[in-house]
Order: sequence, then structure tokens, then C-alpha cells
Amino acid sequence: MAGVQLKDVEKVYPNGFKAIHGIDVKVIDGEFLVLVGPSGCGKSTLLRMVAGLETVSGGEIRIGDRVVNDLEPMERNIAMVFQNYALYPHMSCYDNMAYGLRNRGVPKAEIAARVAETARILELEGLLDRRPNLLSGGQRQRVAMGRAIVRKPAVFLFDEPLSNLDAKLRVQMRIEIKRLQADLNTTSIYVTHDQVEAMTLGHRLMVLNGGNMEQLGTPIELYERPATTFVAEFIGSPSMNLLDARVSDDGAVVKLPDGESWTRADGGGRHAGRTVTLGVRPEHFDITGGDDGEAHLHVALVEHLGADTLIHGHIGDDRNALTVRLQGVVTARMGDVLPLRVAAKHLHLFDPETGKRLD
Amino acid sequence: MVENRPYLNVISHLIIIICIGIVMLPVWITFVASTHPIEALLTQPIPMWPGDRLFENYALVLTAGIADAGGVPVGVMMINSLIMALSITIGKIAISLIAAYAIVYFRFPFRMTCFWIIFMTLMLPVEVRILPTFKVVADLGMLNSYAGLSIPLIASATATFLFRQFFLTVPEELAEAARIDGAGPLKFFIDILMPLSRTNIAALFVILFIYGWNQYLWPLLITTEESFYTVVMGIQRMVNVSESLPVWHLVMATTILAMLPPVIVVVTMQRLFVKGLIETEK
Ligand SMILES: Nc1ncnc2c1ncn2[C@@H]1O[C@H](COP(=O)(O)OP(=O)(O)O)[C@@H](O)[C@H]1O
Ligand SMILES: [Mg+2]
Repeated sequence: MAGVQLKDVEKVYPNGFKAIHGIDVKVIDGEFLVLVGPSGCGKSTLLRMVAGLETVSGGEIRIGDRVVNDLEPMERNIAMVFQNYALYPHMSCYDNMAYGLRNRGVPKAEIAARVAETARILELEGLLDRRPNLLSGGQRQRVAMGRAIVRKPAVFLFDEPLSNLDAKLRVQMRIEIKRLQADLNTTSIYVTHDQVEAMTLGHRLMVLNGGNMEQLGTPIELYERPATTFVAEFIGSPSMNLLDARVSDDGAVVKLPDGESWTRADGGGRHAGRTVTLGVRPEHFDITGGDDGEAHLHVALVEHLGADTLIHGHIGDDRNALTVRLQGVVTARMGDVLPLRVAAKHLHLFDPETGKRLD
Repeated sequence: MVENRPYLNVISHLIIIICIGIVMLPVWITFVASTHPIEALLTQPIPMWPGDRLFENYALVLTAGIADAGGVPVGVMMINSLIMALSITIGKIAISLIAAYAIVYFRFPFRMTCFWIIFMTLMLPVEVRILPTFKVVADLGMLNSYAGLSIPLIASATATFLFRQFFLTVPEELAEAARIDGAGPLKFFIDILMPLSRTNIAALFVILFIYGWNQYLWPLLITTEESFYTVVMGIQRMVNVSESLPVWHLVMATTILAMLPPVIVVVTMQRLFVKGLIETEK
């Protein structure tokens, strides 16, 4: 087992496109790191560089204490699970799992024992002599995982392994992956564009945007203190509301354009008078409080989810549209005006120019 | 196909039966002719049902040959044909598999140039380049040899092109998974790509075997020794005997024999072909 360290890693594709702009991260031994970001942000590129499937244009990648920049994938002691599984269609599940071991010259008896053990963990015992085309999507996914596990590599790499499964199976496999990783305690890097998957799986998350690292931290850190508006919108569902606002001249309140305002926790005068982007998560609103000095929500649409109610509307004029998420069933109708309060600690301020968090 | 109307069924069967009749009738006449003595074929009406000379006629052609046509036993000619057809087929498949692998999976200078040059030779069948090819083969001393019969026909742009198209449909991740599993280029080729190409190889084997077996002009040009005659050109020599009438019953027996190997190849390979289709289907 081993950690993975990236030092100022860059990738320029042969066509001149720069996909990765200097990424630094140290994945410690046994950690589960999730790379998350929208499609095309360079997640797969970064993962494939760690795997050795893409060349490294700049910087250094270490696995354990070896620099692996110029090593073949096989020599890096990693295993990868692909989005489309990439099982060998002409081989039985047994052979799919055994192939990598055979190529490494593992004795036959040990291969049989290891495959049997892996099949037991993944509940694949009855399927070993079937070919992949006779398996369901979930079973193929398990075989692909088995092919990785059976090798006992230093690092697991996953590239959106669940995105070809239906929603229910995805949740099930997600839990299974998390359990497996905890049991095996193998360093893992996991790529996904799904923030729920990222939040639930990762010890730490790296949010990528256009080949740059936006933020690196635990799921809770990212949720509670997003470093940029990009992260703020990306993590959490529904997304954080971002409103144009201004901090009052004494710093005590944030004012919305039409004069309504929310009180800040520690006025303290910081950013007084400054134009900001104000971020509030839908679930942090409260409509029960009094009426004084708070903003008002004009309800446009109500969605009942059972456990929660989503209310879409706007404050004052149409510019500041927002979504509110309230627990339980809330009866509200289009055209209602609701008093809207936010606890001061749930107000996030961002620089409107750079999108960076203001503290 | 989905429709279930009885009269449609009858009509389609009728059409099939008529078509089979059209195709099979000449074959039947050939077979019938090969079971009669020559006298029966020179009088009207020609027989429509098999005669009593089946074994005599076939035994004669296979072992002794026809005296007027050089007396080469058909057995020998068939073996020559078989060696030529198999060399061409196996050689073509091996070379085009390797060439397509290089073109698809390796980045070397002038890769696309190589591909287009190979592709352009599609337009040059044997007959067009026959004189220069003959000169080269003659200069290399390969006249009257199995090498001369097969090597000039081995390179195949068609097969290379087909394999290239197939390799392009193999997901890239498969190659990547194999790399991670520690399979080098050669291992990937043998362990993954070749088994996946089974269906294509089977189909090409059928087509190329028949192509090789039916070669006529080329063997005619480069073989002067009777021991290298192939069966297709042998038939032609039997018909063109100068001093006497063609021995039609024996010619027909030879024809039937010449048809057998392609039929056997089609029938056996067809099974593998269909099996391959079912199994590699995703
Ligand atoms: N072989 C390539 N050549 C040039 N550009 C590429 C190549 N592969 C990917 N890219 C580009 O690099 C960016 C990142 O791609 P990728 O890592 O696959 O994104 P994702 O985060 O969706 O996995 C994309 O804009 C993509 O178009
Ligand atoms: Mg991707």
C-alpha cells in the first residue's frame, strides 16, 4: 500500500490543449480521494495520468516513494475500474479476473485462491464461468471491481464506475464501494461528476474546474465553507442560492438590491460597504420567524418531495431568484409572500469579480 | 417476417425452391454425367439420373488421371490446389491482421501514408500487375514452386482494410485495461485482439480460401511442370485435348471433386462463423 503525491502536475494534449493546470495534492495511505467536477474539467485526464495511460507534461507523480512519471501502467501497481467496465468479452469472469495475475506470473494455485476469495467478497461465486455478455450491468460492474481487487494493488483508480447503472443500483454499489474500500483500506482515487456520490464516498474531495483545482477538503468543509462560488453551486442539492448584495456601511447587515436585508453574525465592520455575491443554501432558510427587517419571498412555484418542500420564488424584483428548502410539508401557494430569515452563520460572502470566498 | 399470412408463405417458398432449382440443376447434371460411361453422354437424350460408373470414374481420375491431358492424377492436383489455397488464405490473414494492428494501435511516422498506399493497391488486382509480377517471380527462381504459386497473391489490401475497420470498433478501454493488467503489445494482440477477431477471421477464411482455390490465370502462367498443376487449370487442359474428343464423364468427375473443398470450407466455417457472432455480441 502507498500514498499518491502529485506535484504541480500539468497536462498538455498533443493538439496543444492544456487540460490540467498545475495540480498539487498528497493522498495519504488508505485515503479515499474523490475528483469531482463538471464534464470536461479534466478529471479523467488527471486520473489517467496517475494510471500511466496519459503522459505527464509537467510536474511529478509519486506512488509510494517512487516517481512514476515514466513507468508503464503495469509497473505502477495500480488497478483501474472503467466506466464501461472494459471487461474482456471473450473471457469468462474467472479469466477476466485471473488475466492480470497470470501476466504477473502468479502461481496457478494462488490465482485460483485469490479469485475465489474475491468472488466471495463480491458475491460472484455462481458467475465465474460466465462470459460478461451474459451478466447484468450490476454484475459486470462487480466483475470489473473484482478484476481490480484481486490484484491487491497499491492504489485503486475509478473513472465514473457507476454512471452506467440505474439509479437504484447506483446507490447500492456506492455503499458497497465505500464498505470495500474501508475493509481493504487501499488508497483510492475516484472520479465522478455526481456530487452526491462525491460527498458520500470521499474522505476528501477535490473540485476541478477547467483543469484547475477549485478546492480540496472534506465533504463537510466543502459544504460549510466553499472556497468559491463554483464550489458553492456545485456541492449541495439544490444548489446554493447566489444573490447580488451589498454589505451595509457599518458592516452589520447584507442588503439585497431592493433594500431588504439579513443581519450578519459579527458585524465587525469587515467588507463594510462592499458589493458582494451572497450565498445561502436552500435548506438554511427559515420562514417561521418574525417580520422585522427580514427579506420577503414571493412564491412562484412549490414542489412537494414528501420529506421536504421546495419553494421557488424571488425577493423583490425578478433578479434575485432563489430556491428555499423546508422540512416536511409546507402549504404555500403561488403569489404568497413569506418572511425569509437566515441564521447569520449561514451567510456566505463571495467576491463578485473573482468568485472567491470573503471571510 | 412478422407477417403470418399463409399465401405469402407459399409464395416465398415457391421462389426459394425455384431459385435453388436454377442453381442446383447444372451441379446435378455435372454429377449425373460423372457417373456414366462416355458413350451415354454422346447420345441423345443426355441422362438425367445417375448411372452405374460412379466408383470407376472417380477412382480413375483420382489415381491415374486422364492420359490425353498429361495423365496427372486429380488427387495430386487437388493437393497442389489445397496447398496453394491454404498458403494464400493463411498468409493473407496473418499479414493483414498484423498490418491492421500496426496501423490502428501504433503511432509511427507516415502511418496514414502507409494506410493509404495499402488502400490504393485495392485497385490493382493480380491480372493488372501480372507481367511485372511474373518477371519478379521468374527472376527469383520461383517458377514451378509452391512459393511462386502463393506468395505473390498473399498481400491483401481488402483484408487489411476490414481488420482495420474492426479494430477501430474495439473500445480503447480494452487496450488500456490490458496494459494495466500487464499485457504488452504482443500479448494484447494474441490474448485479446485475435480472439475478438474470430468471426472476422472465419468469414475472411471462407472468402479467401475460395479466392485461392479458384486461381486460374496465375498458376497457368507460372507452372510448366505437371507436378505443380492445380485442379482448376487441370480441368481446362482436359477440355482442350487436341487429338481426341474430351472425356466428358471424367471431366465432370474432376469438376465435382474440385467443388468439394470450397463446399467443405463453407459448411464447417459457417458454424464457427455463426457461433462467433453469437458469442462476441455485446
Ligand atoms: N486526447 C485528447 N486530445 C485533446 N484534448 C483532449 C483529449 N482528451 C481529452 N481532451 C480534452 O481535455 C478536457 C478534459 O477531458 P477529460 O479529462 O476527459 O474530462 P472529464 O472531466 O469529463 O473526465 C476536455 O476538454 C477534453 O475535450
Ligand atoms: Mg471523464
